Amino acid sequence: MYNFEFEKPSTIADAVAALGAEDAQALGGGQTLIPTLKQRLASPSALVSLSGIAEMIGVCVEDDGSVAIGGATPHAVVAREAASSYPALAALAGQIGDPAVRNRGTIGGSVANNDPAACYPAGVLGSGATIVTNTREIAADDFFEGMFSTALEEGEIITQVRFPVPQAACYEKFLQPASRFALVGVYVARFADGVRVAVTGASEDGVFRWSEAEAALSKEFRADALMDLKINPMNMIGDLHGSKEYRAHLVSVMTKRAVSACL
Amino acid sequence: MTQVSMTVNGKSVSGDVEGRTLLSSFLRDHLSLTGTHVGCDTAQCGACVVHVNGEAVKSCNMLALEADGADVGTIEGQAAEDGTLNVIQQAFQDHHGLQCGFCTPGMVMSAAALLKDKPRPSEAEIRKYLEGNLCRCTGYHNIVKAIMAASGQDVSSIAAE
Repeated sequence: MYNFEFEKPSTIADAVAALGAEDAQALGGGQTLIPTLKQRLASPSALVSLSGIAEMIGVCVEDDGSVAIGGATPHAVVAREAASSYPALAALAGQIGDPAVRNRGTIGGSVANNDPAACYPAGVLGSGATIVTNTREIAADDFFEGMFSTALEEGEIITQVRFPVPQAACYEKFLQPASRFALVGVYVARFADGVRVAVTGASEDGVFRWSEAEAALSKEFRADALMDLKINPMNMIGDLHGSKEYRAHLVSVMTKRAVSACL
Repeated sequence: MTQVSMTVNGKSVSGDVEGRTLLSSFLRDHLSLTGTHVGCDTAQCGACVVHVNGEAVKSCNMLALEADGADVGTIEGQAAEDGTLNVIQQAFQDHHGLQCGFCTPGMVMSAAALLKDKPRPSEAEIRKYLEGNLCRCTGYHNIVKAIMAASGQDVSSIAAE
């Protein structure tokens, strides 16, 4: 990989200042970014590590019952520390990659990268979470803008992701065993005022909400309510691991499994 | 170049590294601790697993400067000073948990991290934990058996399938 300057600030303000340099880039756990740099697909002038900012690490339950996770919190910590406050999200975090990857990779890094097959975007969008940055709060519905694309501005840092806790939720992941990403993953969350269904791994546009399924499940929360619904394969990802049609089929199957697991 | 300092296998070490220097490179090229193997260099295979502050990480996917001030453990720190193997290493030998041996340092370090959190894991838990450690020789069976034995469990009834 090309060389770069390395900085590890201990406050958000210092990180923001360091990211002001031309072509500087934030470094979360590096589990995607470092392989990308090795491929010389990126050549930042400086990497600004967020792992030394104590206020951005950890899981806490807010006064309103929502679960707030610091942007630099590793997956393994979420799997452990959110297990009682938001078990479905903790279970999702515990399925990312492998144990060593989960000890380094962070929620902020995953969400900012918005890989079309990553697990966290489904959990964040499915929960209707709020992405908190150093400058503003962004609703999940406004945050994910397509494959590897988000509403983040240059140099903006995800300091926290805040999750409302549903009455019931489940993430069902159909594992792509070589990459350990989701071939298709579906996050179903049932709230008092309706159901949210978010799908990762399937669409050319990255994570998306399956609104027809949400409407059907909001009326009747059981797997059979999805019987007549089909996803159009047109915009699905088709590759050597699975055709567009196969992924479209998997979306239905994994959604039904997630609903059944909630009951 | 930036100076990096850390504790490796109980000893304080330091060196001058570039921003891009990986922890695996620092261990192997600067400290000559070549027991940490680099297999895939893409964070898939787990041959490079070391402990950073007690947690298993893939050292080919972490910058050396990220480990500044950390307590790092490698395969070289597993055996006793006189060369006596630790219980996991001995179990790998006793149960033929290796063939070519390339993945073994990572397997032993992952196993050690698992047993620290879960002293008596089930066979399924061991297999699950080793998802990020690839072995192209053994078919994993004897690796799993060795880790069960190292955790003090009876493996006499576990036959190769």
